[in-house]
Amino acid sequence: MRIAPLVGACLLGLMAGCKQKSHNSLPILGHREPVTKVIDGNTVTDTLYHSIPDFQLLNQDSVLIDNHTFDNGVYIANFFFTHCPSICPIMQRNLLKVYEKYKGDERVRFLSHSIDFRHDSPAVLKTYAEKLGVTNDQWQFVTGSKADIYNLSDSYMVYTKEDSSAPGGYDHSGHFLLVDQDKHIRGAYDGTDDTQIQLLFDDLEILLKEYE
Amino acid sequence: MRNHYLYTCAALLSLYLVFHSCQHEQAIRTAQYAVNGQKLYVANCQNCHGTKGEGLGGLYPPLTDSLFLNTHREQLACMVKNGLSGPIEVNGQVFDTEMPANPALAPIEIAYLLTYIGNSFGNTMGIFSLEEIQAALAACEADNR
Repeated sequence: MRIAPLVGACLLGLMAGCKQKSHNSLPILGHREPVTKVIDGNTVTDTLYHSIPDFQLLNQDSVLIDNHTFDNGVYIANFFFTHCPSICPIMQRNLLKVYEKYKGDERVRFLSHSIDFRHDSPAVLKTYAEKLGVTNDQWQFVTGSKADIYNLSDSYMVYTKEDSSAPGGYDHSGHFLLVDQDKHIRGAYDGTDDTQIQLLFDDLEILLKEYE
Repeated sequence: MRNHYLYTCAALLSLYLVFHSCQHEQAIRTAQYAVNGQKLYVANCQNCHGTKGEGLGGLYPPLTDSLFLNTHREQLACMVKNGLSGPIEVNGQVFDTEMPANPALAPIEIAYLLTYIGNSFGNTMGIFSLEEIQAALAACEADNR
């Protein structure tokens, strides 16, 4: 009988511990390596985290944008193409939900890379964005050379490939990548899965709290 | 005289039963077609047109405009089979995104699919029979020649 409150307290403690953990912070995804530097005569070991390299791409208004466009906030990136019949409509439908929630909130931006460098010119992307219901520059749709886009997709850890046997001619994974102000990837979500989208909504709030 | 009355009643009753069971059979057949059609809808249409036939913004039209569906009933089979390009007006909004063709769908599958769409999302179009689909496909093939 006397042990019950003790067990209760332990359980409560455990629950609080768990709760705390989930609200703490998001992990930094990707490759990491230790770097050893000598500062003021002392040897210091630091961790070098994977981050998105600098880029320059053409957006739906035919304006060159670069990584600094996303400097003062976090952003969600994905890879798609406008006439993709398979997973893209589901992804963009889901990303549109996130966009609509944060529309006007400059802390959150969106970056959709077209992997169809042949067909998706800025004009095509502009029409697509308007039809989708994107009315401001918070959501950027970009195109670039095949090398630029496909190398970037590797940095975002997204599989992309030209494949004539895939529907629409390109094969790619439908993930959303949550990127923080330091260009570290803090979360990866299957853009076609409703529960993963809910997780993205939750994680986004956790990440935004880091900058409050 | 009394027998005569009874016979009439029996005849009327059996007529009613035949009619009723036919109707019942038709409802079952419609439901069977719709169930088969739902699987085909998920595989071929849902990505763009949505789980509730809601479409997506100005990109993909909704399938909830019963007026459009009813006035284009004869063309629907060919739209599914051959795809669609050029502007169309659905729900008072103009859509102009190319719809891909589905050449692999058999006529009976188109019948299943349209029966599902035509009796979901608030639509009440009844069954699309195999005969109706075959006739519609033949008509648009003749048009295309």
